[in-house]
Amino acid sequence: MTQPKPTDRIWDAQNECMPREQLEQLQLQRLQQTLHRANEKVPCYKNKFSALNISPNDINSLEDLQKLPFTTKEDLRLNYPYGMFAVPLRDVVRIHSSSGTTGKPTVVGYTRNDLKIWTQLAARFMTAAGVTPDDIVHIAFGYGLFTGAFGLHYGAEEIGASVIPISSGNTNKQIMIMQDYRSSALVCTPSYAMTLADRMEKQGIDPHTLSLKVGLFGGEPWSEEMRREIESRLGIIATDNYGLSEVMGPGVAGECQHKCGMHIFEDHFIPEIIDPETGVVLPRGSVGELVLTSITKEAFPIIRYRTRDITQLDYAPCACGRSHVRMLKTMGRSDDMLIIKGVNVFPTQIEEVLFQEDGCEPHYQLIVERSGTMDTLEVQVEVNEHIFFDEMRKQRAFVEKLEKRLLSVLGVGAKVKLVEPSTITRHEGKAKRVIDKRNG
Amino acid sequence: MTIEQISIFIENKSGRLAEVAQSLGDNGVNIHALSLADTSDFGILRLIVDKTDLANDTLKKHGFTVSKTTVVAVEVPDHPSGLAGILNILDSGKVNVEYMYAFVERCRGNAVIIFRFDDHDAAIDILLKNNVNVLQGERVYNM
Repeated sequence: MTQPKPTDRIWDAQNECMPREQLEQLQLQRLQQTLHRANEKVPCYKNKFSALNISPNDINSLEDLQKLPFTTKEDLRLNYPYGMFAVPLRDVVRIHSSSGTTGKPTVVGYTRNDLKIWTQLAARFMTAAGVTPDDIVHIAFGYGLFTGAFGLHYGAEEIGASVIPISSGNTNKQIMIMQDYRSSALVCTPSYAMTLADRMEKQGIDPHTLSLKVGLFGGEPWSEEMRREIESRLGIIATDNYGLSEVMGPGVAGECQHKCGMHIFEDHFIPEIIDPETGVVLPRGSVGELVLTSITKEAFPIIRYRTRDITQLDYAPCACGRSHVRMLKTMGRSDDMLIIKGVNVFPTQIEEVLFQEDGCEPHYQLIVERSGTMDTLEVQVEVNEHIFFDEMRKQRAFVEKLEKRLLSVLGVGAKVKLVEPSTITRHEGKAKRVIDKRNG
Repeated sequence: MTIEQISIFIENKSGRLAEVAQSLGDNGVNIHALSLADTSDFGILRLIVDKTDLANDTLKKHGFTVSKTTVVAVEVPDHPSGLAGILNILDSGKVNVEYMYAFVERCRGNAVIIFRFDDHDAAIDILLKNNVNVLQGERVYNM
């Protein structure tokens, strides 16, 4: 365990550093209240519980949580728009919604008390990242139905920082305001932080001459490599935070300055890690799908929500003093997970290997096949000028290097096949990276 | 004294070579020499043409990955041991040949071989010292 840092600050030490035994007692008590209310007020939960012939009274320990059914995105869609609300609309003071990439969006609501808690939790992780009342917080998330901007906005105000609600878009104006208003904390997606760095470089602005000192990035998965790049290019500490609108929004978990995983605010949420295939809860320390249960939300309680995010929980004490468990960076989505020769493989892992090559961000596609009883993984990579060599020896060495790296990262062999440019089909928005030709 | 060559990445599937040849032909580019190195998945096609830049742009427009590289065109006596003599000279200068291929046209009764060396300057130097003729670009493009 490393030493605490002088800049370690804790917003709510009483709750964030609560001894585990006491924390678990609080969790159980709040869980029982939540289950009773959900069962009483939300027909979806009532039906699910009775289908399994289980009542909230049967939940007498945190382990009993495993007896309860999961809630999925599909449940939320079926109850669109307000079917999952546990309070009448007159008690709801805010409505947010997640992007509806497929079909209808999902709608979530907050009571006045929910907003108060959300604000507190945002203040917690922003403090953990290093935001203080002296900071000027530049919020470049889009303000709107998306929970990102509002969550951090209220959190920063609660801390007493000065908030610039610039919203997303207009990169040149963002940079001008950063320079003139002396923004010191940047809130946006990690990829937008890269865009800002690129644009500054193009304009001949040295990011190190700005006042930026910390970044709070979220909204999409990002790698440690990307963190290092953002930190060195922008000259800041880059921190990760986690949240999803179905569970609350940003403020479910956040990194402290030790950057060893995101503390899940366990006095408000109970995390579990399950095997995405079987739904079985995995032993501590296993990699699997994160399942979250809210235990204080009034308007939109959520029970055993399958986040589809793959991660790992670390219960070892953290140098910052918080007792709350840490979730590691999300490794991918369980929807994307492939099982090849019994090994879990995520397209994001492959992407990281491919993107490690300087200047090379090739289009790629994964082809999974079965020959006999053996699974085979082929990574098709579109050749571009950065990775095309006139000499066959170098070209083959490049392919072999990729194959070697893939084997060490994935733990399973993959064949790399170079293909001509524009032969891999482009899709709008999210790319379809995987073609699985195995049966079932 | 080097000349320009264009290299094209080609996937091993039917019709791709024809497409390269056709698009160059349609744009009035003449191919003087070519070599194809291949594996089971892909190949690298190397060409010496009369209009290198036009060929480069045309192929890029057709979606090929193309790179321009420099090579050396050497006149080789067209008789037994002609090539061996040249290779011995190169060997004595510790120059390695990455790849080589022959030109279709002859030059003053001699064969012309295209070489890619690990060190072009050293190769040209040792060849000239041994009175071997290294062809200039203009000469090659207009053969």
